[in-house]
Amino acid sequence: MGGNVSFTIDGKDVQGEQGQTILQAAALSGIYIPHLCAMKGLTPWGSCRVCTVLVNGRPQAACTMPISDGMVVENETAELKDLRSSLVEMLFVEGNHYCMFCEKSGYCELQAMGYRLGMLLPRHHYMFPDRKVDASHPDVLLDFNRCILCARCIRASVEMDGKHVFQFIQRGPHKRIGVNAESGVGGTNLSVHDKAAESCPVGCIIKKRVGFSVPVGQRKYDQKPIGSDIESRQTVTKNG
Amino acid sequence: MADNSDVNRQICGKFGNDKGRLMDILLSVQAESGCIASGALDDIAKSLSISRVEVESVATFYAFFSREQRGRFVIRLCNDIIDQIKGMDRIAAAIRAELGIDFGETTADGLFSLEYTPCIGMCDQAPALLINYKVVTRVSTDMVHEIVQTLRESKNVEQLKLTLGDGNNSHPLVRSMVVNNLREPGAVVFAPTTPGVALQRALSEQPVELIKIVKASRLRGRGGAGFPAGMKWEFTRAAVGERKFVVCNADEGEPGTFKDRVILTEAAGLMFEGMTIAGYAIGASEGIVYLRGEYAYLLQFLEEILSKRRAAGLLGRDILGKSGFKFDIRIQLGAGAYVCGEETALLSSCEGKAGDPKTRPPFPAQKGYLGMPTVINNVETFCAVARIIENGPGWFTSMGTQGSAGTKVFSVSGDCSSPGVYELPFGITVSDLLARVGATDTQAVQVGGAAGRMIGPAEFGRKLCYDDLATGGSVMVFGQQRDVLAIAHAFMAFFVEESCGYCTPCRVGTSLMFERLGRFLAGNADLADIDYLEKTGKSVKTASRCGLGQTAANPVLSTIQNFRKEYERRVKTNGSVFLSSFDPRRAVAVASGLAGRASEHFGTQKGGV
Repeated sequence: MGGNVSFTIDGKDVQGEQGQTILQAAALSGIYIPHLCAMKGLTPWGSCRVCTVLVNGRPQAACTMPISDGMVVENETAELKDLRSSLVEMLFVEGNHYCMFCEKSGYCELQAMGYRLGMLLPRHHYMFPDRKVDASHPDVLLDFNRCILCARCIRASVEMDGKHVFQFIQRGPHKRIGVNAESGVGGTNLSVHDKAAESCPVGCIIKKRVGFSVPVGQRKYDQKPIGSDIESRQTVTKNG
Repeated sequence: MADNSDVNRQICGKFGNDKGRLMDILLSVQAESGCIASGALDDIAKSLSISRVEVESVATFYAFFSREQRGRFVIRLCNDIIDQIKGMDRIAAAIRAELGIDFGETTADGLFSLEYTPCIGMCDQAPALLINYKVVTRVSTDMVHEIVQTLRESKNVEQLKLTLGDGNNSHPLVRSMVVNNLREPGAVVFAPTTPGVALQRALSEQPVELIKIVKASRLRGRGGAGFPAGMKWEFTRAAVGERKFVVCNADEGEPGTFKDRVILTEAAGLMFEGMTIAGYAIGASEGIVYLRGEYAYLLQFLEEILSKRRAAGLLGRDILGKSGFKFDIRIQLGAGAYVCGEETALLSSCEGKAGDPKTRPPFPAQKGYLGMPTVINNVETFCAVARIIENGPGWFTSMGTQGSAGTKVFSVSGDCSSPGVYELPFGITVSDLLARVGATDTQAVQVGGAAGRMIGPAEFGRKLCYDDLATGGSVMVFGQQRDVLAIAHAFMAFFVEESCGYCTPCRVGTSLMFERLGRFLAGNADLADIDYLEKTGKSVKTASRCGLGQTAANPVLSTIQNFRKEYERRVKTNGSVFLSSFDPRRAVAVASGLAGRASEHFGTQKGGV
């Protein structure tokens, strides 16, 4: 792989291709930058801000920032780690997350991120919002108590499924995911086989009748922390 | 509810069934039906060949759209901080009493709805309100009675007996009671000009020469961010695109800013001229003015100026005989969303989408409106451009400071005897400005609106310019009797509601800060809460995606910096190591109420919360 852009992340030399984002180039070089709204194959979005890095000293979202020659990226600094924790904690307190009862537990990227960042108790106060559950679809349940507004379902439906099942509605603290039918998600053309149904990083989009099939201790993030797949990647370029 | 399908389809047809014109379509549907009903979402989606939820996304983003049926007259009382200190509560009580409804409600006869709205750009004549698009300023309780009576009887907002304002406010197409309060017209924006003079001169130059002139003038964007205008034009000219656009940001929503309103009223021709010059300079033939919904009362008047300019050969084809140069302008009306003043959110709105900012890079100069290279400048910036072309860059740089050439139009409001608009050379000190506006015994000045910073007397010697205290124009003056924390709290409430909600720090962080600041006002904050506010504020500033979020923590951060004693004196000092914000009696009272008996620990039942 002949990279044509050279830059550094925390002092390590990284090679990438023109047009890649910092997040993409870092991942290919075995460097994990924590992220939630970014998902392989989807348009970069930049909403969760967990991937915030410093680029030449200025904060930027690694998932949307294109790489350029000579760029100096800071990733694993104490300040950035604390900032990421604060953001992840914001996502926790903004919704209603009861990890021990959640079907997504052990597979949830938010939960796994909390563990990875060493979160014990959110520094922010819980908001305990009143959120709806949409069980109108025969095969898919939407539990908006868990939604972190990452828009992965919105993008996956459009970009991968060629549909338009989801979209943001309202704004500010009231912003939420709307579905393309007045009657609820059951009135849309969403199929349980759609990529959109797979795209949710948390326990908001849940496939019915398959929950809790894997015992605690054997679930995805019981094995290894989030990001370890990227970090275990043998990089093709030599690190400095 | 009547089926309005035919009407909805006609409206879509009128806008060419173009999804890019969804804002206009929804504005028309809202005006026609008093709401955007469920059926309307389906009708519009079908006509535009888009999904229903896309229409819903836009219809639920903007404050002026409503899914529920609203009254024939929607009364929107401005609740910005200046209106609050100028008697908003008294007016609110009078309207409630007169209509017999609370805010957020509609009268049973379907005649009135009552709402609060953030700054409508009338701080120099507060308290103010909107009745649909009709502006009522300096509202008194007597006026409330008269207004409601008149509307009940005539059912016509034009029947209101309102004294017309000065200048073009009394123009037949405006007929508004708004006054200009133009206290000090300066040499650039408010000087007398002749339409076409600057444009004629511009067309005698090569486009690249024009950009050189603008660069030489060191003109920086007047909206607040201060990006060099010439450089922005150069990037846009150099960018590749089959079409290019010139967009004017007339969405001044920053609390305490109203200078663009006066420019639009008295110098709109100059602004259009500047846009046309920009079009020639960058190679664009289309311009858009994004006019905030609150200023819709100026729409017909502005349209007429455009028509006159077309008739005079200042817009259209072969402008002023310059073969091959064509340029025209359309006005896009907003619908109540502060975030649309952010340039990429503004572009989203122009494209008929919810006002979420776009990912940057790419910047608008590379990929802007419809993905094409776009110049976006403020109303005042375009006016300055026309004057610079007319008089040369040397004339412009002879005013102001090295880093901030020219004049700045300030909007001053609050505790002063002469609130209004002042066009002054950059570099004037805060204390000089305070003397001009008749402010005595000033405790604090908010420079740059809610997104700006609050300073105390120790900093009144600082200069208003990009290199020192930058402002897009808003200067709010607060006397000794005001509570700076209550002011900061009002600003945070504003940001909570006006965040687009796209990114985590701004959507969640502003709410968290608003709540935590409230603890100081309620008297149950800990000393550690100051630290919490600083740290969370820093996270919001660092991690937010756009300018709104990056400045949303400023009300708290700048008051902690400059008025820390106001925080410290309110900290609860009960000597307890426990969380002072937690009141166990109050918490137990809920359970007590449910159980129907008093707490074992706290004795007598306090009767719930």
